[in-house]
Amino acid sequence: MEHTENLENSAQAAQPGRARAFFSAAAKAAALLVLWYAVYARLKPAADFATSGLLGLSLERRLGSAVAFFLFEAPKVLMLLLLVVFGVGIVRTYFTPERTRKMLAGRRETAGNVLAACLGIVTPFCSCSAVPLFMGFVQAGVPLGVTFSFLIAAPMINEVAVVLLFGMFGWKVAALYTTTGLVIAILAGWVIGRLKLEGWVEGWVYEVQAAALDAEPGRTAFSERIEAGKSAVREIVGKVWPYVLAGIAVGAGIHGYVPQGLMASFMGRDAWWSVPLAVILGVPLYSNAAGIIPVVHALLEKGAALGTVLAFMMAVIGLSLPETVILRKVLTMKLIAVFVGVVSVGILIVGYIFNAVF
Amino acid sequence: MNIKILGPGCAKCKKAEEMVRATLAEAGSDATVEKVTDMMEIARAGVMSTPAVVVDGKVKSVGKIPGKAEILAWIGK
Repeated sequence: MEHTENLENSAQAAQPGRARAFFSAAAKAAALLVLWYAVYARLKPAADFATSGLLGLSLERRLGSAVAFFLFEAPKVLMLLLLVVFGVGIVRTYFTPERTRKMLAGRRETAGNVLAACLGIVTPFCSCSAVPLFMGFVQAGVPLGVTFSFLIAAPMINEVAVVLLFGMFGWKVAALYTTTGLVIAILAGWVIGRLKLEGWVEGWVYEVQAAALDAEPGRTAFSERIEAGKSAVREIVGKVWPYVLAGIAVGAGIHGYVPQGLMASFMGRDAWWSVPLAVILGVPLYSNAAGIIPVVHALLEKGAALGTVLAFMMAVIGLSLPETVILRKVLTMKLIAVFVGVVSVGILIVGYIFNAVF
Repeated sequence: MNIKILGPGCAKCKKAEEMVRATLAEAGSDATVEKVTDMMEIARAGVMSTPAVVVDGKVKSVGKIPGKAEILAWIGK
Protein backbone atom coordinates (compact mmCIF):
# COMPACT_ATOMS: atom_id res chain seq x y z
CA MET A 1 0.00 0.00 0.00
CA GLU A 2 1.23 3.51 -0.73
CA HIS A 3 -0.64 5.07 2.06
CA THR A 4 2.31 6.91 3.55
CA GLU A 5 3.13 8.41 0.17
CA ASN A 6 -0.45 9.39 -0.23
CA LEU A 7 -0.38 11.26 3.03
CA GLU A 8 2.67 13.25 1.97
CA ASN A 9 1.23 14.00 -1.44
CA SER A 10 -2.00 15.17 0.00
CA ALA A 11 -0.14 17.50 2.32
CA GLN A 12 1.53 19.16 -0.66
CA ALA A 13 -1.50 19.27 -2.90
CA ALA A 14 -3.51 20.33 0.10
CA GLN A 15 -4.67 23.83 -0.75
CA PRO A 16 -6.76 23.57 -3.97
CA GLY A 17 -7.92 20.03 -3.13
CA ARG A 18 -9.01 21.05 0.32
CA ALA A 19 -10.90 24.06 -0.93
CA ARG A 20 -12.73 22.01 -3.55
CA ALA A 21 -13.59 19.30 -1.08
CA PHE A 22 -14.78 21.95 1.33
CA PHE A 23 -17.11 23.61 -1.19
CA SER A 24 -18.61 20.41 -2.48
CA ALA A 25 -19.17 19.30 1.10
CA ALA A 26 -20.75 22.67 1.91
CA ALA A 27 -23.13 22.43 -1.06
CA LYS A 28 -24.14 18.94 -0.07
CA ALA A 29 -24.62 20.05 3.52
CA ALA A 30 -26.84 22.97 2.44
CA ALA A 31 -29.04 20.68 0.34
CA LEU A 32 -29.37 18.18 3.17
CA LEU A 33 -30.20 20.97 5.61
CA VAL A 34 -33.04 22.23 3.42
CA LEU A 35 -34.41 18.70 3.14
CA TRP A 36 -34.01 18.22 6.87
CA TYR A 37 -35.92 21.38 7.62
CA ALA A 38 -38.68 20.56 5.12
CA VAL A 39 -39.35 17.34 7.00
CA TYR A 40 -38.85 18.88 10.45
CA ALA A 41 -41.37 21.66 9.85
CA ARG A 42 -44.10 19.14 8.95
CA LEU A 43 -43.73 16.84 11.93
CA LYS A 44 -46.49 18.36 14.03
CA PRO A 45 -49.29 18.27 11.42
CA ALA A 46 -48.10 14.82 10.36
CA ALA A 47 -48.30 13.52 13.94
CA ASP A 48 -51.76 14.98 14.44
CA PHE A 49 -52.92 13.54 11.13
CA ALA A 50 -51.52 10.10 11.94
CA THR A 51 -53.27 10.14 15.31
CA SER A 52 -56.68 11.39 14.31
CA GLY A 53 -56.79 10.52 10.61
CA LEU A 54 -55.04 7.17 10.46
CA LEU A 55 -55.57 5.80 13.96
CA GLY A 56 -58.92 7.46 14.50
CA LEU A 57 -58.08 8.74 17.99
CA SER A 58 -59.41 12.02 19.29
CA LEU A 59 -56.71 14.54 20.14
CA GLU A 60 -58.89 15.75 23.00
CA ARG A 61 -58.91 12.35 24.71
CA ARG A 62 -56.18 10.92 26.89
CA LEU A 63 -54.96 8.16 24.60
CA GLY A 64 -55.08 10.40 21.56
CA SER A 65 -53.12 13.18 23.20
CA ALA A 66 -50.50 10.72 24.48
CA VAL A 67 -50.11 9.12 21.04
CA ALA A 68 -49.92 12.46 19.25
CA PHE A 69 -47.33 13.62 21.78
CA PHE A 70 -45.17 10.59 21.12
CA LEU A 71 -45.53 10.72 17.34
CA PHE A 72 -44.48 14.36 17.33
CA GLU A 73 -41.75 14.42 19.98
CA ALA A 74 -39.92 11.21 19.07
CA PRO A 75 -39.05 12.06 15.45
CA LYS A 76 -38.48 15.69 16.38
CA VAL A 77 -35.92 14.91 19.06
CA LEU A 78 -34.24 12.24 16.95
CA MET A 79 -33.93 14.63 14.00
CA LEU A 80 -32.47 17.35 16.19
CA LEU A 81 -30.04 14.83 17.65
CA LEU A 82 -28.89 13.71 14.20
CA LEU A 83 -28.21 17.27 13.12
CA VAL A 84 -26.49 18.49 16.26
CA VAL A 85 -24.47 15.36 17.02
CA PHE A 86 -23.14 15.45 13.47
CA GLY A 87 -22.22 19.13 13.76
CA VAL A 88 -20.62 18.72 17.18
CA GLY A 89 -18.74 15.65 15.92
CA ILE A 90 -17.11 17.86 13.30
CA VAL A 91 -16.42 20.73 15.71
CA ARG A 92 -14.76 18.32 18.13
CA THR A 93 -12.11 17.38 15.59
CA TYR A 94 -10.75 20.90 16.07
CA PHE A 95 -10.50 20.51 19.84
CA THR A 96 -8.40 17.55 20.83
CA PRO A 97 -7.57 17.04 24.51
CA GLU A 98 -3.93 17.67 23.62
CA ARG A 99 -4.71 21.06 22.15
CA THR A 100 -6.97 21.94 25.07
CA ARG A 101 -4.22 21.05 27.50
CA LYS A 102 -1.78 23.26 25.66
CA MET A 103 -4.25 26.14 25.90
CA LEU A 104 -4.73 25.62 29.62
CA ALA A 105 -1.18 24.92 30.75
CA GLY A 106 0.26 27.80 32.71
CA ARG A 107 -3.01 29.76 32.73
CA ARG A 108 -3.72 31.83 35.77
CA GLU A 109 -6.58 30.57 37.83
CA THR A 110 -9.65 32.73 37.32
CA ALA A 111 -9.30 33.15 33.56
CA GLY A 112 -8.17 29.53 33.39
CA ASN A 113 -11.37 28.34 35.08
CA VAL A 114 -13.52 30.18 32.56
CA LEU A 115 -11.54 28.89 29.60
CA ALA A 116 -11.46 25.33 30.97
CA ALA A 117 -15.21 25.23 31.48
CA CYS A 118 -15.83 26.49 27.93
CA LEU A 119 -13.35 24.05 26.44
CA GLY A 120 -15.05 21.31 28.45
CA ILE A 121 -18.08 21.73 26.21
CA VAL A 122 -16.29 21.27 22.90
CA THR A 123 -13.43 18.93 23.75
CA PRO A 124 -14.26 15.29 23.16
CA PHE A 125 -14.54 13.64 26.53
CA CYS A 126 -15.54 10.21 27.69
CA SER A 127 -15.66 9.49 31.39
CA CYS A 128 -13.73 6.29 30.69
CA SER A 129 -10.64 8.34 29.87
CA ALA A 130 -11.11 10.79 32.74
CA VAL A 131 -8.04 9.39 34.53
CA PRO A 132 -5.42 9.75 31.78
CA LEU A 133 -6.91 13.14 30.97
CA PHE A 134 -6.68 14.28 34.58
CA MET A 135 -3.08 13.15 34.79
CA GLY A 136 -2.19 14.70 31.47
CA PHE A 137 -3.59 18.04 32.61
CA VAL A 138 -2.02 18.05 36.06
CA GLN A 139 1.38 17.01 34.79
CA ALA A 140 1.38 19.69 32.13
CA GLY A 141 0.97 22.25 34.90
CA VAL A 142 -2.74 22.94 34.55
CA PRO A 143 -3.82 24.05 38.06
CA LEU A 144 -6.00 21.58 39.96
CA GLY A 145 -8.99 23.93 40.15
CA VAL A 146 -8.81 24.63 36.42
CA THR A 147 -8.70 20.90 35.72
CA PHE A 148 -11.83 20.48 37.82
CA SER A 149 -13.63 23.23 35.93
CA PHE A 150 -13.00 21.16 32.81
CA LEU A 151 -14.04 17.89 34.43
CA ILE A 152 -17.30 19.38 35.71
CA ALA A 153 -18.32 21.11 32.49
CA ALA A 154 -17.41 18.27 30.13
CA PRO A 155 -20.06 15.74 31.14
CA MET A 156 -22.68 18.22 32.37
CA ILE A 157 -22.97 20.31 29.24
CA ASN A 158 -23.10 17.84 26.42
CA GLU A 159 -24.77 18.06 23.06
CA VAL A 160 -27.36 15.41 23.85
CA ALA A 161 -28.57 17.26 26.94
CA VAL A 162 -28.68 20.62 25.19
CA VAL A 163 -30.51 19.23 22.15
CA LEU A 164 -33.13 17.54 24.29
CA LEU A 165 -33.64 20.66 26.36
CA PHE A 166 -33.95 22.74 23.22
CA GLY A 167 -36.30 20.30 21.56
CA MET A 168 -38.61 19.83 24.53
CA PHE A 169 -38.42 23.12 26.44
CA GLY A 170 -37.29 25.68 23.90
CA TRP A 171 -34.12 27.69 23.56
CA LYS A 172 -34.54 29.61 26.81
CA VAL A 173 -34.27 26.59 29.06
CA ALA A 174 -31.45 25.17 26.94
CA ALA A 175 -29.55 28.45 27.25
CA LEU A 176 -30.25 28.65 30.99
CA TYR A 177 -29.01 25.13 31.54
CA THR A 178 -25.84 25.77 29.53
CA THR A 179 -25.10 29.08 31.24
CA THR A 180 -25.75 27.90 34.78
CA GLY A 181 -23.81 24.70 34.08
CA LEU A 182 -20.86 26.81 32.98
CA VAL A 183 -21.13 29.05 36.02
CA ILE A 184 -21.17 26.03 38.33
CA ALA A 185 -18.13 24.53 36.59
CA ILE A 186 -16.23 27.82 36.79
CA LEU A 187 -17.08 28.59 40.41
CA ALA A 188 -16.70 25.04 41.73
CA GLY A 189 -13.30 24.75 40.04
CA TRP A 190 -12.31 28.13 41.38
CA VAL A 191 -13.33 27.18 44.94
CA ILE A 192 -11.43 23.89 44.73
CA GLY A 193 -8.41 25.84 43.49
CA ARG A 194 -8.67 28.28 46.45
CA LEU A 195 -8.79 25.40 48.92
CA LYS A 196 -5.31 24.31 47.79
CA LEU A 197 -6.02 20.62 47.78
CA GLU A 198 -3.11 19.50 45.62
CA GLY A 199 -1.98 17.31 48.52
CA TRP A 200 -5.22 15.33 48.30
CA VAL A 201 -4.44 14.05 44.86
CA GLU A 202 -3.09 10.48 44.96
CA GLY A 203 0.70 10.63 45.22
CA TRP A 204 1.47 8.50 42.18
CA VAL A 205 -0.06 11.09 39.86
CA TYR A 206 2.93 13.34 40.38
CA GLU A 207 5.44 10.48 40.38
CA VAL A 208 4.59 8.98 37.02
CA GLN A 209 6.79 10.51 34.38
CA ALA A 210 4.63 10.76 31.33
CA ALA A 211 6.17 10.80 27.91
CA ALA A 212 5.73 14.17 26.27
CA LEU A 213 3.29 13.81 23.45
CA ASP A 214 2.77 17.09 21.78
CA ALA A 215 3.44 15.98 18.25
CA GLU A 216 -0.04 16.02 16.84
CA PRO A 217 -0.38 13.15 14.46
CA GLY A 218 -0.63 14.92 11.14
CA ARG A 219 -3.09 17.34 9.64
CA THR A 220 -6.69 16.36 9.52
CA ALA A 221 -8.31 16.48 6.11
CA PHE A 222 -11.80 17.92 5.88
CA SER A 223 -13.17 14.59 4.67
CA GLU A 224 -11.86 13.04 7.88
CA ARG A 225 -13.75 15.61 9.92
CA ILE A 226 -16.94 14.71 8.06
CA GLU A 227 -16.22 11.06 8.79
CA ALA A 228 -15.79 11.98 12.46
CA GLY A 229 -19.21 13.65 12.38
CA LYS A 230 -20.76 10.56 10.85
CA SER A 231 -19.13 8.24 13.31
CA ALA A 232 -20.31 10.48 16.17
CA VAL A 233 -23.85 10.06 14.85
CA ARG A 234 -23.49 6.30 14.60
CA GLU A 235 -21.98 6.08 18.02
CA ILE A 236 -24.05 8.55 20.03
CA VAL A 237 -27.41 8.46 18.30
CA GLY A 238 -26.98 4.71 17.87
CA LYS A 239 -26.58 4.42 21.62
CA VAL A 240 -29.17 6.85 22.94
CA TRP A 241 -32.14 6.35 20.62
CA PRO A 242 -33.77 3.60 22.70
CA TYR A 243 -33.50 5.82 25.79
CA VAL A 244 -34.98 8.73 23.90
CA LEU A 245 -37.92 6.63 22.73
CA ALA A 246 -38.47 5.08 26.16
CA GLY A 247 -38.19 8.48 27.82
CA ILE A 248 -40.64 10.06 25.40
CA ALA A 249 -43.03 7.13 25.80
CA VAL A 250 -43.05 7.65 29.58
CA GLY A 251 -43.39 11.37 28.97
CA ALA A 252 -46.31 10.73 26.63
CA GLY A 253 -48.01 8.60 29.28
CA ILE A 254 -47.62 11.34 31.87
CA HIS A 255 -48.74 13.91 29.31
CA GLY A 256 -51.94 12.05 28.60
CA TYR A 257 -52.83 10.51 31.94
CA VAL A 258 -51.36 12.36 34.93
CA PRO A 259 -53.68 15.13 36.10
CA GLN A 260 -52.52 18.72 35.77
CA GLY A 261 -50.85 20.10 38.88
CA LEU A 262 -50.13 16.74 40.52
CA MET A 263 -46.42 17.48 40.77
CA ALA A 264 -46.99 20.97 42.11
CA SER A 265 -47.54 19.73 45.67
CA PHE A 266 -44.20 17.99 46.06
CA MET A 267 -42.03 19.35 43.28
CA GLY A 268 -43.52 22.82 43.21
CA ARG A 269 -41.77 26.02 44.14
CA ASP A 270 -43.42 26.29 47.52
CA ALA A 271 -41.83 23.10 48.76
CA TRP A 272 -38.43 24.43 49.91
CA TRP A 273 -37.07 20.96 50.58
CA SER A 274 -37.72 19.80 47.06
CA VAL A 275 -34.44 21.23 45.69
CA PRO A 276 -32.10 19.43 48.12
CA LEU A 277 -34.21 16.31 47.73
CA ALA A 278 -33.87 16.52 43.95
CA VAL A 279 -30.08 16.77 44.27
CA ILE A 280 -29.83 13.95 46.79
CA LEU A 281 -31.92 11.72 44.56
CA GLY A 282 -30.10 12.84 41.45
CA VAL A 283 -26.47 12.27 42.42
CA PRO A 284 -26.54 8.47 42.77
CA LEU A 285 -29.01 8.14 39.92
CA TYR A 286 -27.13 7.74 36.74
CA SER A 287 -28.71 8.16 33.41
CA ASN A 288 -27.73 9.81 30.24
CA ALA A 289 -29.47 13.02 29.34
CA ALA A 290 -31.49 11.21 26.70
CA GLY A 291 -33.34 9.07 29.21
CA ILE A 292 -33.97 11.68 31.86
CA ILE A 293 -35.02 14.79 29.97
CA PRO A 294 -38.26 13.55 28.39
CA VAL A 295 -39.41 12.42 31.85
CA VAL A 296 -38.39 15.73 33.32
CA HIS A 297 -40.33 17.46 30.58
CA ALA A 298 -43.49 15.71 31.66
CA LEU A 299 -42.86 16.54 35.34
CA LEU A 300 -42.47 20.19 34.49
CA GLU A 301 -45.62 20.19 32.44
CA LYS A 302 -47.59 18.88 35.41
CA GLY A 303 -46.54 21.64 37.75
CA ALA A 304 -43.05 20.84 39.04
CA ALA A 305 -40.92 23.97 39.51
CA LEU A 306 -38.25 24.77 36.94
CA GLY A 307 -35.44 25.20 39.50
CA THR A 308 -36.18 21.87 41.14
CA VAL A 309 -36.29 20.09 37.81
CA LEU A 310 -33.10 21.79 36.62
CA ALA A 311 -31.30 20.83 39.83
CA PHE A 312 -32.44 17.24 39.46
CA MET A 313 -31.25 17.09 35.87
CA MET A 314 -27.86 18.61 36.65
CA ALA A 315 -27.31 16.23 39.53
CA VAL A 316 -28.20 13.22 37.39
CA ILE A 317 -26.17 14.22 34.36
CA GLY A 318 -23.31 16.20 35.87
CA LEU A 319 -22.41 14.12 38.90
CA SER A 320 -22.27 10.52 37.99
CA LEU A 321 -21.32 7.67 40.25
CA PRO A 322 -19.32 5.81 37.58
CA GLU A 323 -17.19 8.86 36.91
CA THR A 324 -16.40 9.45 40.57
CA VAL A 325 -15.52 5.77 40.96
CA ILE A 326 -13.10 6.10 38.04
CA LEU A 327 -11.62 9.29 39.47
CA ARG A 328 -10.97 7.53 42.77
CA LYS A 329 -7.82 6.17 41.09
CA VAL A 330 -6.29 9.64 41.07
CA LEU A 331 -8.13 11.45 43.87
CA THR A 332 -8.30 10.64 47.55
CA MET A 333 -11.74 10.07 49.09
CA LYS A 334 -11.46 13.46 50.81
CA LEU A 335 -10.96 15.24 47.52
CA ILE A 336 -13.83 13.34 45.89
CA ALA A 337 -16.06 14.37 48.79
CA VAL A 338 -15.06 18.01 48.34
CA PHE A 339 -15.65 17.77 44.59
CA VAL A 340 -19.13 16.24 44.93
CA GLY A 341 -19.93 18.60 47.82
CA VAL A 342 -18.93 21.79 46.03
CA VAL A 343 -20.75 20.85 42.83
CA SER A 344 -23.87 19.83 44.77
CA VAL A 345 -23.92 23.15 46.58
CA GLY A 346 -23.62 24.90 43.23
CA ILE A 347 -26.55 22.94 41.86
CA LEU A 348 -28.60 23.70 44.99
CA ILE A 349 -28.00 27.41 44.57
CA VAL A 350 -29.03 27.26 40.92
CA GLY A 351 -32.20 25.40 41.86
CA TYR A 352 -33.19 27.94 44.51
CA ILE A 353 -32.41 30.91 42.27
CA PHE A 354 -34.58 29.57 39.47
CA ASN A 355 -37.44 28.75 41.79
CA ALA A 356 -37.27 32.26 43.19
CA VAL A 357 -37.06 34.01 39.83
CA PHE A 358 -39.48 32.01 37.68
CA MET B 1 6.74 -5.42 15.62
CA ASN B 2 4.72 -4.78 18.72
CA ILE B 3 1.36 -3.04 18.77
CA LYS B 4 -0.26 -1.89 21.97
CA ILE B 5 -3.85 -0.82 22.29
CA LEU B 6 -4.30 1.51 25.23
CA GLY B 7 -7.74 1.74 26.76
CA PRO B 8 -9.46 1.00 30.07
CA GLY B 9 -12.16 -1.09 28.43
CA CYS B 10 -14.78 1.18 27.01
CA ALA B 11 -16.74 0.06 23.98
CA LYS B 12 -14.56 2.05 21.59
CA CYS B 13 -11.40 0.49 22.99
CA LYS B 14 -12.68 -3.00 22.33
CA LYS B 15 -13.59 -2.05 18.79
CA ALA B 16 -10.12 -0.58 18.26
CA GLU B 17 -8.54 -3.84 19.37
CA GLU B 18 -10.82 -5.90 17.11
CA MET B 19 -10.02 -3.62 14.20
CA VAL B 20 -6.27 -3.92 14.69
CA ARG B 21 -6.39 -7.69 15.12
CA ALA B 22 -8.64 -8.20 12.12
CA THR B 23 -6.51 -5.99 9.89
CA LEU B 24 -3.29 -7.70 10.96
CA ALA B 25 -4.75 -11.13 10.33
CA GLU B 26 -5.96 -10.06 6.92
CA ALA B 27 -2.60 -8.62 5.98
CA GLY B 28 -0.84 -11.70 7.30
CA SER B 29 1.29 -9.65 9.68
CA ASP B 30 3.13 -11.33 12.53
CA ALA B 31 3.07 -8.25 14.78
CA THR B 32 2.17 -8.95 18.38
CA VAL B 33 -0.86 -7.21 19.80
CA GLU B 34 -1.17 -6.26 23.44
CA LYS B 35 -4.07 -4.67 25.27
CA VAL B 36 -3.10 -2.22 27.99
CA THR B 37 -5.77 -1.39 30.55
CA ASP B 38 -3.60 -0.13 33.38
CA MET B 39 -4.27 3.57 33.91
CA MET B 40 -0.73 4.23 35.09
CA GLU B 41 0.75 2.79 31.96
CA ILE B 42 -1.72 4.64 29.75
CA ALA B 43 -0.88 7.91 31.47
CA ARG B 44 2.82 7.18 31.24
CA ALA B 45 2.55 6.96 27.47
CA GLY B 46 1.34 10.56 27.55
CA VAL B 47 -2.03 9.58 26.17
CA MET B 48 -5.08 11.58 27.27
CA SER B 49 -7.87 10.12 25.23
CA THR B 50 -8.47 6.47 24.66
CA PRO B 51 -8.37 4.24 22.70
CA ALA B 52 -4.80 4.94 21.66
CA VAL B 53 -2.53 2.78 19.54
CA VAL B 54 1.20 2.51 20.17
CA VAL B 55 3.38 0.89 17.51
CA ASP B 56 6.88 -0.05 18.64
CA GLY B 57 6.78 2.48 21.44
CA LYS B 58 5.42 5.33 19.28
CA VAL B 59 1.94 6.72 19.80
CA LYS B 60 0.23 6.57 16.42
CA SER B 61 -3.38 7.41 17.11
CA VAL B 62 -5.40 8.74 20.03
CA GLY B 63 -9.07 8.98 20.88
CA LYS B 64 -10.47 7.08 17.93
CA ILE B 65 -10.84 3.72 16.30
CA PRO B 66 -8.13 3.60 13.65
CA GLY B 67 -9.11 2.89 10.07
CA LYS B 68 -7.88 -0.06 8.09
CA ALA B 69 -5.70 2.03 5.76
CA GLU B 70 -4.09 3.70 8.76
CA ILE B 71 -3.24 0.40 10.41
CA LEU B 72 -1.79 -0.97 7.20
CA ALA B 73 0.37 2.13 6.85
CA TRP B 74 1.76 1.62 10.37
CA ILE B 75 2.83 -1.91 9.67
CA GLY B 76 4.25 -0.89 6.31
CA LYS B 77 1.95 -2.89 4.08
